[in-house]
Amino acid sequence: MDDPRLNNAAVETAHPVIGPGHTYASVTDKISSIVLTEKTPRGWLIGFSVCFLGTMALLFTIANLLLRGVGIWGINIPVGWGFDIINFVWWIGIGHAGTLISAILLLLRQEWRTSINRFAEAMTLFAVACAGMYPLLHMGRPWLAYWLLPYPNTMGTWPQPRSPLVWDVFAVSTYATVSFLFWFIGLIPDFATLRDRAQNRLVKVLYGMLAMGWRGSAFHWQRYESAYLLLAGLATPLVVSVHTVVSFDFAIGIIPGWHATIFPPYFVAGAIFAGFAMVLTLAIPLRKYYRLGDFITMRHLNNMGKMLLATGLIVSYGYLMEFFMAWYSGSPYEKYMVFNRLHGPYKPLYYLLILCNVLAPQLLWSARIRGSQVALWVISLVVSLGMWLERFVIVVMSLHRDFLPSSWGMYYPTAFDWSMFLGTIGFFLTLMFLFIRFLPMISIFEMRTIVPQPAGKARQ
Amino acid sequence: MQNQGLYGLLAEFDNPEDLVAAARRAHEEGYRKMDAYTPMPVHGLAEALGSHRTRVPLLVLVGGLFGCGAAYAMLYVIETYVYPLNVGGRPYNSWPAFIPITFETTVLFAALAAVFGMLALNGLPRPHHPIFNAPRFALASHDRFFLCIEAGDPKFELDAARKFLEGLHAREVTAVER
Repeated sequence: MDDPRLNNAAVETAHPVIGPGHTYASVTDKISSIVLTEKTPRGWLIGFSVCFLGTMALLFTIANLLLRGVGIWGINIPVGWGFDIINFVWWIGIGHAGTLISAILLLLRQEWRTSINRFAEAMTLFAVACAGMYPLLHMGRPWLAYWLLPYPNTMGTWPQPRSPLVWDVFAVSTYATVSFLFWFIGLIPDFATLRDRAQNRLVKVLYGMLAMGWRGSAFHWQRYESAYLLLAGLATPLVVSVHTVVSFDFAIGIIPGWHATIFPPYFVAGAIFAGFAMVLTLAIPLRKYYRLGDFITMRHLNNMGKMLLATGLIVSYGYLMEFFMAWYSGSPYEKYMVFNRLHGPYKPLYYLLILCNVLAPQLLWSARIRGSQVALWVISLVVSLGMWLERFVIVVMSLHRDFLPSSWGMYYPTAFDWSMFLGTIGFFLTLMFLFIRFLPMISIFEMRTIVPQPAGKARQ
Repeated sequence: MQNQGLYGLLAEFDNPEDLVAAARRAHEEGYRKMDAYTPMPVHGLAEALGSHRTRVPLLVLVGGLFGCGAAYAMLYVIETYVYPLNVGGRPYNSWPAFIPITFETTVLFAALAAVFGMLALNGLPRPHHPIFNAPRFALASHDRFFLCIEAGDPKFELDAARKFLEGLHAREVTAVER
């Protein structure tokens, strides 16, 4: 009973969520100075340039795709869903941790979320932007994308709302909109801070417009907090529904390896797993280069390591269940799906997946590993790779050998598949770089709420 | 009117506890047209100023119900009247298949109502406000806490209000021009 690890107050003292000695003014200055400085760090310029090359590769690929069609990718019959759907699911999964951190941990009153929620939300938004691109371009004629929406038209047709692909349109567009709103209203009070602290007239006017005249009135804060909590409450079921709908894209189909009721929970856990890995991948270098160790403390990294372990175990359970159900179903096609994963032409990727997603996260049981930034960073990259492989396994390995051996085939990505994938990574990081330069990457006003009050200061 | 051209009296505090105590005292004193300005949400401050509830949750409820009803009605009309498709003899109004879209649209409209409702009730965007005329007001988004008794308050008397605010441990009391 006297174990200090069970005592909340002791944990707070030993592993604070904010470094000692901070005041309202110091957190404001520290975070806003990163944005308001006249000098752009050299490292930022180099990193931005490299990532911008990726963006150019993406634009090049898209231009080619629009001119020549989806034939430049490796997709074929039977594998009609190649890198585009793999990457769509991968990116949208990454986005989910941002909403989880900002909404669910807010509702659960997990104070440690405060310093990581802002850039996790930005990550969500940019990941959804990358994700949304894939299904649109995969349609072949993206300029007709509005045909997906129900509107009265001269063709006399309507979308089929019993199809999960139409559910996807509504789920992803709602998710993108709500994520943007959540992120933007979180930024309004910080825009006001930047407006009030900017020296340059133009900068002041620009942030002033974004702040929309926010003045921190008590009545405004009251409505603001009410709206913010309600948004968190709405985003929580939303984030679960979005990846559920994404998993329906597969589960409603009858392809062996897709037609499983475990898919929705297994996809949602996988999304959070991948997302926390990406948050760690971004947070560890950021706290180092911008010296934010006081705000993103080891406690945060440790907690995220635990989240990674927990969600990794759920995902492992999903893999186990897939095997169990294949055996229990008695269906020869389902059984062959498992045999094909273990012994088929793509088997190295399956074993690599198990190594990345099931075995590697087990290292996080050790408190020493969770306390090492390098180890956490490497594990986060391994998990990101593993989650990408998982989608490869689900999409390609299920499609390439389904019911009739005469219609089996192989899928090989082309150079344009790779340039599109690397291009979206470059685009994502380009947006992240712009974000950390021009917007406060940590929520300033929320940091003020966790600054410890000096004892005896309050006068009554 | 002696207070022509005056917006109100602004008192500056170091910490939220003092501000909440001051706001409560001012409310007890009978001042009603007041506002407080803080760099972050302060628990109990709006209540101390006499505002106990907001209409934001009601707007969110209305937005959500509207989204839910509108989405289901749209799907129902499309699938039963406008463009009925017979899929394996299943009913046209196949409600379980309509739930995902209905749910997403409910969340969408509730979220839009929360954000735009909050902004509208707050009267934002508003490019300028007299309170920004106070020279030290920029600190309201930094580390200071302000209480403003507005000149429009029926009980407002410049000297009495100034004396009252100075008695509340305010660091500084300034008049804000309109």
